[in-house]
Amino acid sequence: MEASKVIHAIYNDDDVLMSAVKKVKAEKHHIEEIYTPFPVHGLDKAMGLAPTRIAITSFMYGCVGLTVAIVMMNFIMIKDWPQDIGGKPSFSYIENMPAFVPIMFEMTVFFAAHLMVITFYLRSRMWPFKKAENPDIRTTDDHFLMEVPVHNNEKALTELLTQTGAVEIKVIDKEDTH
Amino acid sequence: MYTLSNRLKMASIVLIILGLLGVSYGFWDSHHYKTTEDVKELLASEHHEGGHGEAHESTGHDAAAAHGDDQHADDHAVVESHADDEHVEEGHKMSHEEHVLHQIHNRPWSALYVAAFFFFMIALGVLAFYAVQYAAQAGWSPVLFRVMESITAYVLPGAIIVLLIAVASGTIGHYNLFIWMDPEVVEHDKIIQGKAGYLNLTWFVVRGLIFISGWALYRHFSRKFSLAQDNADDNKNFKRNFRISAAFLVFYIYTESMMSWDWIMSVDPHWFSTLFGWYVFASMFVSGITVIALMTIYLKSKGLLEFVNDSHIHDLAKFMFGISIFWTYLWFSQFMLIWYSNIPEEVTYFVTRIEDYNLPFFGMVVMNFVFPLLILMNSDYKRVNWFVVMAGIVILCGHYMDVFNMIMPATVGDRWFIGIPELGSICLFAGLFLLVVFNALSKAPLLAKRNPFIKESEQFHY
Repeated sequence: MEASKVIHAIYNDDDVLMSAVKKVKAEKHHIEEIYTPFPVHGLDKAMGLAPTRIAITSFMYGCVGLTVAIVMMNFIMIKDWPQDIGGKPSFSYIENMPAFVPIMFEMTVFFAAHLMVITFYLRSRMWPFKKAENPDIRTTDDHFLMEVPVHNNEKALTELLTQTGAVEIKVIDKEDTH
Repeated sequence: MYTLSNRLKMASIVLIILGLLGVSYGFWDSHHYKTTEDVKELLASEHHEGGHGEAHESTGHDAAAAHGDDQHADDHAVVESHADDEHVEEGHKMSHEEHVLHQIHNRPWSALYVAAFFFFMIALGVLAFYAVQYAAQAGWSPVLFRVMESITAYVLPGAIIVLLIAVASGTIGHYNLFIWMDPEVVEHDKIIQGKAGYLNLTWFVVRGLIFISGWALYRHFSRKFSLAQDNADDNKNFKRNFRISAAFLVFYIYTESMMSWDWIMSVDPHWFSTLFGWYVFASMFVSGITVIALMTIYLKSKGLLEFVNDSHIHDLAKFMFGISIFWTYLWFSQFMLIWYSNIPEEVTYFVTRIEDYNLPFFGMVVMNFVFPLLILMNSDYKRVNWFVVMAGIVILCGHYMDVFNMIMPATVGDRWFIGIPELGSICLFAGLFLLVVFNALSKAPLLAKRNPFIKESEQFHY
């Protein structure tokens, strides 16, 4: 990583943070990351993050779930141990399809929901026994932290961030752990 | 303020005139067949063309079963034999020709009734949606209130027309929609006799008038308070509206359900479904919301409603998407339970629809579920106006087919077609609907400016 020096600016209000983000972006500085105790509405847009693609994965997982349900019910109820469904022993998947619709629906939802949550965790680099990346413990309580990389402009950045209403500004020498 | 343009007025009057011509043609055409002899000729010619109605010619049918429950003597021995067991002993047989003659005479009545109900149902669905907005004190929707209020102006005329057609079919007509209105049928039908305490013409009219007056009263007062709120300095009118809306919703959910039994389900007087009221509700709700969205987009394209933004359209499209799925859920729940249990007197309802109405029955599921599901699933598409319009048109056609599938199998059996009587009826009521709705829209400012949530609504941002 090129930027080994970063500034941590701490805010204690989400509205102040939002206007600060807009100001910093307007000055064409890159914001590396923001840590907040709760989701701040519209922050992703203000930071200029690309829109999430999780909905697309959710759709694909739903399709997988639907397919699994169809294949599973076909194997269980038609192939492996043919069942007489509702007194209509036709042993054909398509003719007994209405009986399987609730399962098809539930499996679609199940796959979409669970795999989407797991995808979200992995994409956010969160997994069991992972050490928290959170640089300041107060961001889990009531403070907001903005991390801005420094490119030989420490003084100008500090000044700008103070103007935006940061209550605390720290310059950190980041050890390149990545 | 919106002013009713002459072009729109002319267009709706032209639609009404075309519709009247179509409807009259339908009645005139159906009365070409006066006797069973004419029908014999018709059946013979059809027989030559494509073997339509074989096996039927010799089968006797009694009125109640024939009124929709039959037409499949060949494949559905169970259903048919059940119908026979029940009725043969009771006598009152009708020849196949006479039965077909009735179906031919029923068609223009049914076409008129389906279209009348469809447009009325849009207005009633919007009225319920409007009441929900008030009762929930929704912050996003007050900018759309004047659009909703103008659509609900059609509730009163629409409902009266539906009730009048229903009553006329049993008085002026020859029991063309509701066979339980026919004393001769009731005399030979134990099941209808058992329901006669509820299903009789007097009670039918009394109930209808109670429903209509309740809906119309709510509509009248909520509109009055909404207009009064525009120039008020306090929120008194808004609070009144909140209270009457909550009360109306209770009244509505009971009366809507009973209305669906009376005005729709009783065309098949032997058959019943306990979730029918919900099913009809879902249909009217989604059609109503769709019309709000279409009308809003239309007005926006005229440069009006500048305070309505993309997020409002997005929310309406979400409702269209969600309620379409809700409709499918109810459609399928009703279908699956009856399909699964396979009880002859219940399953006959779907047997008729799948055999004689295969295309409209399953086509409607594609139009009402698959199409909006795929088109409106993506969040971004919900704010692309032409996507919403396209989905909306398909949804409306689909819900017309839904009403069609609810009425036609009981009245015209397999002699259905979407031809001049049906299209004429749609034109007639579409013209009337447009005229009433846009006339009401021109009567008040387009922004409910003193609504306590109007600021929130104007700044609504998703």
